[in-house]
Amino acid sequence: MTTPVAQPRQRSISFPLTARRAALGLTALLSLLLLYFIGVDQGATSLFGSDTHLHEFVHDARHFLGFPCH
Amino acid sequence: MEFRYIYRGLGAGLLGGLLAFVFARIFAEPLVQEAIDYEDGRHEAQEALDAAAGLTAGAHDHGEVFSRSVQRNLGIGVGMALFGLAVGGLFVVVYLIVSRRYPNIRPRVLAALLAGAGFVGLYLVPFAKYPANPPAIGHEETIGARSALYVTMVAVSVVALGLAVVVGRWLAGRVGTWNASLVAGVVFLVLVGVAMALLPAYGHLGANRAEFGDFATETPQPLTAPNGTIVYPGFPADVLFRFRFYSVVSQLVLWATIALAFGQLAERLAVAPARRQARTAASAADRPAPAPTTAPAPTTAAG
Repeated sequence: MTTPVAQPRQRSISFPLTARRAALGLTALLSLLLLYFIGVDQGATSLFGSDTHLHEFVHDARHFLGFPCH
Repeated sequence: MEFRYIYRGLGAGLLGGLLAFVFARIFAEPLVQEAIDYEDGRHEAQEALDAAAGLTAGAHDHGEVFSRSVQRNLGIGVGMALFGLAVGGLFVVVYLIVSRRYPNIRPRVLAALLAGAGFVGLYLVPFAKYPANPPAIGHEETIGARSALYVTMVAVSVVALGLAVVVGRWLAGRVGTWNASLVAGVVFLVLVGVAMALLPAYGHLGANRAEFGDFATETPQPLTAPNGTIVYPGFPADVLFRFRFYSVVSQLVLWATIALAFGQLAERLAVAPARRQARTAASAADRPAPAPTTAPAPTTAAG
């Protein structure tokens, strides 16, 4: 079994469509939320008031990843 | 079934973020320090100018919340690792949607294509309009406008990429895959090109024009005394170029890691049910009882 010939993947019938959608939607939502906190929060908008701990902590990453920073 | 892919996507993203952090720690951090030193030196020169003019205002020192050491070693590491994790999450969601729609694309090929699309759509095209800036570049008053413009550019880029793919798929049956891909590429470039032409440059924002004059960017210009002599230089061009170049490279590291690591893992996942199927079929063939025409779904594979 050293040749990984791509077989058509088995459709997971046991996994209901709604659960799949929930898993995908939740993953996408949490990812976007994480991106927001790393890239934007406590800069232009802030969910934690005028606190800047998050902003200052990831400061260098924010600059380097291309997000606008003060 | 999905969760096994999601875990692997997140893991590949995290790994990519950590590798990008290692790159950033070695190559970008010295430049960040140079930029901060420039900013401090400029601040002092400005204060000296203000003192000579009899002004005392304008002294705004932002108290350090975290030391440079924490920002340089821990902050950027956590930031980039979590960025990788988030990007891995988005990547795997798109992968699962597309791979169900087109099950005949080999997993590692699809992973590479999607990672390439993610790099171009989420990072490279927005970068072409609004490139990454080191500290010392960026006016505090415009952070709201700049954030909105950047997010808009990312959104336009991603939507344009999606539209281009839809156009390409639609044309593929009519003019062939090669020509359809070329047309899709042109569609993408035209859409993002129009958006880039319409969106204002950072330097052309109202607040910037009023205070600094007609410059396309917020990159600090030379500081001049009232008599016109330059008392402090503009932001060093070489530092700016290298910072931006390394920013692109680190994103390449991240997306390439996702493409290769996730592609490899997805290949294994894809053949795993086939292997089990083959084993079931082989053991069934040994028995005299008639083999079932379809292999039963591996219910244990879920979760």
